[in-house]
Amino acid sequence: MQFNRRHFLQLSALAGGGLALGLYEHPLAYALGGGQPERRDPALSPRAFIQIEPSGKITIMAKNPEIGQGVRTMLPMLIAEELDVEWSQVHVEQASLDETAYGAQFAGGSMSTPLNWDPLRHVGAAGRQLMITAAAKRWSVPEKECTTGAGRVLHAASQRSLGYGELAEAAARLPLPDPESLQMKDPKEYKIIGKFTKGVDNPALLTGKRLFGIDVKVPGMLHAVYQKCPVFAGKVKQANLDEIKSMPGVRHAFIVDGSVRGGPVVDSDPGLEPGVAIVAETWWQAQAARRALKVEWDTAAGSPTAATQSSKGFDDKAAQLLKQPPGHTLRSYGDVDAACKSAAKIVEASYAYPFLVHGALEPQNTTAHFDNGKLEIWTTSQAPGGGRGYVAREMGIDAANITIHLTRTGGGFGRRLMNDYMLEAAWISREVKAPVQVLWSREDDFAHDAYRPAGWHGLKAGVDAQGHIVAWRQHMVTFGSGEKTAPSAGISADEFPSGRVPNYFIGHSTMPLWLRTGPMRAPGANAICFVGQSFLDEVARAAGRDPLDLQLELLAAKEIPMPGEQRNRGGYIFKPERLAGVLQQVAEESGWKNRKRQKGTGMGIAAYACHLGYCAEVAEVTVNASNQVRVTRVWAVTDVGHQIINPSGARAQVEGAIVEGMGHTMLEVTMAGGQMAQSNYLQYRLPRMRQTPEMHISFRLTQNPPTGLGEPALPPVIPAICNAIFDATGKRVRTLPLSKSGFSWA
Amino acid sequence: MPLKLTVNNEAVQVDAAPDTPLLWVLREHLGLAGTKYGCGVGACGACTVIVDGRAVRSCLTRTGSVVGSKITTVEGLSADGTHPLQKAWDEVDVAQCGYCQAGQMMTAAALLEQTPHPTDADIESAMDGNLCRCGTYARIREAIHRAAGQRMPALRD
Repeated sequence: MQFNRRHFLQLSALAGGGLALGLYEHPLAYALGGGQPERRDPALSPRAFIQIEPSGKITIMAKNPEIGQGVRTMLPMLIAEELDVEWSQVHVEQASLDETAYGAQFAGGSMSTPLNWDPLRHVGAAGRQLMITAAAKRWSVPEKECTTGAGRVLHAASQRSLGYGELAEAAARLPLPDPESLQMKDPKEYKIIGKFTKGVDNPALLTGKRLFGIDVKVPGMLHAVYQKCPVFAGKVKQANLDEIKSMPGVRHAFIVDGSVRGGPVVDSDPGLEPGVAIVAETWWQAQAARRALKVEWDTAAGSPTAATQSSKGFDDKAAQLLKQPPGHTLRSYGDVDAACKSAAKIVEASYAYPFLVHGALEPQNTTAHFDNGKLEIWTTSQAPGGGRGYVAREMGIDAANITIHLTRTGGGFGRRLMNDYMLEAAWISREVKAPVQVLWSREDDFAHDAYRPAGWHGLKAGVDAQGHIVAWRQHMVTFGSGEKTAPSAGISADEFPSGRVPNYFIGHSTMPLWLRTGPMRAPGANAICFVGQSFLDEVARAAGRDPLDLQLELLAAKEIPMPGEQRNRGGYIFKPERLAGVLQQVAEESGWKNRKRQKGTGMGIAAYACHLGYCAEVAEVTVNASNQVRVTRVWAVTDVGHQIINPSGARAQVEGAIVEGMGHTMLEVTMAGGQMAQSNYLQYRLPRMRQTPEMHISFRLTQNPPTGLGEPALPPVIPAICNAIFDATGKRVRTLPLSKSGFSWA
Repeated sequence: MPLKLTVNNEAVQVDAAPDTPLLWVLREHLGLAGTKYGCGVGACGACTVIVDGRAVRSCLTRTGSVVGSKITTVEGLSADGTHPLQKAWDEVDVAQCGYCQAGQMMTAAALLEQTPHPTDADIESAMDGNLCRCGTYARIREAIHRAAGQRMPALRD
């Protein structure tokens, strides 16, 4: 991946004589790697990332939504390092949404690091250069004799120094340095990057200050609940609104017709869902009133078959489709059938995994104030820019009239890439002509997610007498229509081991779904890695091979290239040596080759590349006579390039990915009568402290640009655990959750 | 009839129905937003506060039932972050999204009042009802050990 774009820098004087330094570039120029034409938009406006006041106070803007991935700390660290100030001097502030000033502001796809590593260091370096220029002029000395440190410019020869605050006003009047001339630090000089850095919000967070979306309080604000149909997009026939309106504190109760767009594939954000809004003085009053709400729903309003959908029905249909040839071929080369006929061994298996709900702990919420054609929003969105466009379209408001403030967010996991709650708040505020905070109940969240889609896979592999894989066939049954898959329900034509075995076929069949699906942390990968890496383990066992050796052999194989552009995996090139590197390292660190064979104890290994990162994990489990599983240890080695920016945050992402991945092995939501059967955490038992394994986490530093950690460490832990269970018990887990195979947590 | 409560050592009166959950009285009547709503059914622990030394789920606690009790919320640990649990949570850098952490700290505070030097098993048992969706459990355990044995303000009279 290359970042060779120019970053435009502009500065303007702060009121009161300080310096503001901004970077701006078109968000669309944030392309991954070469090939994309650079776009420059002359209409872009400057915006401050850095404010230095004459007093010496340094404020750095945090541009992206903080959903727990640590970017409110990590991104300002990049600027502070190259600005050459002490981290303790820095005050961080959350930027509001302004993508023309800040570039893309979203939390998703593990993209905060790769999209900002270069640009934000350039911002910092430009700030430092301006300080040097200002000081050199004042002292009438050559710039090259000046150095910086701890927020000061130093001139060693004359033993003079000036603080950035003292230089800020003069620096503000200077022309911007040529971005090409900026001097970046040698990483050996880093004082902030690479150091354990605590979350900038810790003090406020740990004393209970208002930080989150749910904590927003606007003068005159009312509180709303919004009751939607338990069957997706069902409409209100009638409701006891008069009774609800008479309840304590209730100011408004009304029906919203909604505007969900139908079609063969449901979008992640398909338009406003119909429902009943109850608006009260406090949220509890609105929620208490909802308990008396009686609604007659037209459950078939969205789709005639909506209320007949069920997990059982999908399972049955998928089983049928798996027996037929795939509806669509994604990639095919060689001759899988012929190769299987002459293979020494054939391995065949079907895999499946369920719907999952994101279940972020802070329920969906947004505060909106529609006033005189303008809309002001305080939101937990991971994709506020997309949200602004969505609200503008659905409500017929000019996007320029929508202002969005970003709050800290109590967990994202992809759920808040959708903006339904934002639209609901905006809509209700306009209806009641007052600022309104919409807060979902947990039951709303379980019933109205954009779910991680369930999926079904049929696999077949042929192995020759020497234990090499000669053919690999995968047929995925998923949701969609024709070739088009539902959001986050697709599979890549280049899915591993594509190009690394002599005969390969991958295809999919689709079936309709009237329900929203959407991205969940490591979307696609979190399910497909379970399937692929579990099946590879099966094939290795059948071939009498160590799964590590077999995978390394595949990664070392000369690649059969994908035709044309398809080879490009979402804009970056898969580097097999990076995946091999993390596999070898995790094997060493876990003692894989010398692992003990003890009854009831097992180890499993798995690896995956996704979201620009490469991760391999080994899980150790014990399984007792009652099939209770304890994950005792997990080793994770991740390659996300040459620099870990904040070791605390980076480790935290891997720790969280391991625990969340454990959850994936044991959780499901199921559908019956078109509704989700689970409604709260009581029926969705997230991992707890006592289930947390001992974690050994390493980063393999390689000469690649730094990339993100939100996602890559999640997928491999799932098959690593399942493969360890096989190692311990001889039982192969082919269907998640583990309870389908009779396992539970110890 | 206003309800008379003692919250964080302060006598307060709130005009709320006695069956209003304590969580919403804290958040909506008293402006103490540190205590969080997560599930409303006592299944996640985000709303944990301490009533007379015991960790309780404020989402399931009728406010009328805690009149006369000593109620402590995260704001009552300390306003300036100097309580040993707050310091430990900061030093270990426990939080990811942070939404559950007030509830985690309150459960930990009740544990340490009962058991000043807890074992891993004590901690795991006490913390079993507190979910962290981000998976910060290993750091929570470390932070509790770090805070253990330090002098802390009493949580009951």
